[in-house]
Amino acid sequence: MKPPPFEYYAPTTVEEALAHLTSFGYEAKVLAGGQSLIPTMNFRLAQPGVLIDLNHIPELSYIRPTEDGGLRVGAMTRQRQVERDPLVAERAPLIHETIPYIAHSQIRNRGTFGGSLAHADPAAELPAVTTALNARFRARSQSGERWIPANEFFVSLFTTALEPDELLVEVELPAMPHSLNGRSGWAFAEMARRHGDYALVCVAAVVTLDGGNRCQQARLVFLSVGDGPVEAKQAMALLTGQIPTPEAIRAAAETAAQADIAPNGDIHASADFRRHLAKVLVQQALTRAFERARSV
Amino acid sequence: MSNLFTVTVSVNGKLYKRTVEPRLLLSDFLRHELGLTGTHVGCEHGVCGACTILFDGQAVRSCIMFAVQANGHELTTVEGLARDVQNLHPLQQGFWEAHGLQCGYCTPGFLMTLVPFLQENPNPTEQEIREAISGNLCRCTGYQNIVEAVKLAAEKMKETNL
Repeated sequence: MKPPPFEYYAPTTVEEALAHLTSFGYEAKVLAGGQSLIPTMNFRLAQPGVLIDLNHIPELSYIRPTEDGGLRVGAMTRQRQVERDPLVAERAPLIHETIPYIAHSQIRNRGTFGGSLAHADPAAELPAVTTALNARFRARSQSGERWIPANEFFVSLFTTALEPDELLVEVELPAMPHSLNGRSGWAFAEMARRHGDYALVCVAAVVTLDGGNRCQQARLVFLSVGDGPVEAKQAMALLTGQIPTPEAIRAAAETAAQADIAPNGDIHASADFRRHLAKVLVQQALTRAFERARSV
Repeated sequence: MSNLFTVTVSVNGKLYKRTVEPRLLLSDFLRHELGLTGTHVGCEHGVCGACTILFDGQAVRSCIMFAVQANGHELTTVEGLARDVQNLHPLQQGFWEAHGLQCGYCTPGFLMTLVPFLQENPNPTEQEIREAISGNLCRCTGYQNIVEAVKLAAEKMKETNL
């Protein structure tokens, strides 16, 4: 229950951190909030030879508005700060609604926005929510930088598109459509055995209505039902162009639970139970999201 | 092999300087290097909350931080709450009077979680209290008396204007 020895570096600039990543490659792990990495090291499930601690790089911690109504969040911004930021509540209400579901306040005080994304735990909230929002991720390395869309960033179980010499430095959250004269709504619905536990199933929804109250676009992304965030593509297609009546929502929820996901059973919930939860949670999330869109 | 680092840290207002391996957990640093054994170690992977301390005023779990990360920071542990047994912190007094503990193993973590909570929210609802302590496990009390203790402490803190 004690971590194995490692070499420790605490760079004070991004350039310095990138230089360490270049020289150590796969041997190094980046230490952000440490709320997943350190437990894993305590269990010796992870034994990195080198830790690069980002906690001394203040330039990675910020929440900034973009001109088009979105936000840019520095990778080392604490989850607690995102939770309490009025600009996030206004411009990224889905994120604001979701963060209290992440573990407990003690964890969110340390845990970072970017750390949770780069860790890519299939049971974590932020990967699914940023996918639902079509966020983009800025990765930097010594050879330059690139933007990675959310649906390409999460590759598999604990695996992202980041190369070993790349660092996630920033997340861009696009404006919600309602701030661009559209009518959009959002919702997050989760089932966990206890408050703060890892979710059994959970879903994030973002919907847009056109002038005739038809669903222009629906984004539905699950977590805890696969190796990463899972988009409910068939349910999303089914809703598009429809008036979101309770029947239409029920049909979409049925499709999402039966056709879009293939959950595994484990000690916490059988596959059938997860499908059942998925259906109920999609109904809840879509109902609330469309209500919000109608009231804009 | 890992190299050694010097850590200078303020704990309960007192300055300490020690040389540590980077792999030393902050909880073990407090207990073994500084002899402050009030911070308890339960699960050692960030689930039970027994090791909760204040890091620059915020509740964090000391078993999933490294001591080297505390360099230059201000910590408060349960030892920092009361001057002596006659002058307990209102939360400690509340736990005592409302029987908020039995074996007491989890208590330091509960207290350190609740100190900043009551500072920010002096009039919590029962639901808010239950949410605040959701990251702390207690296997004796069934939580009922802990919730009562927090309510009592909130009353006491209002009276004393703490």
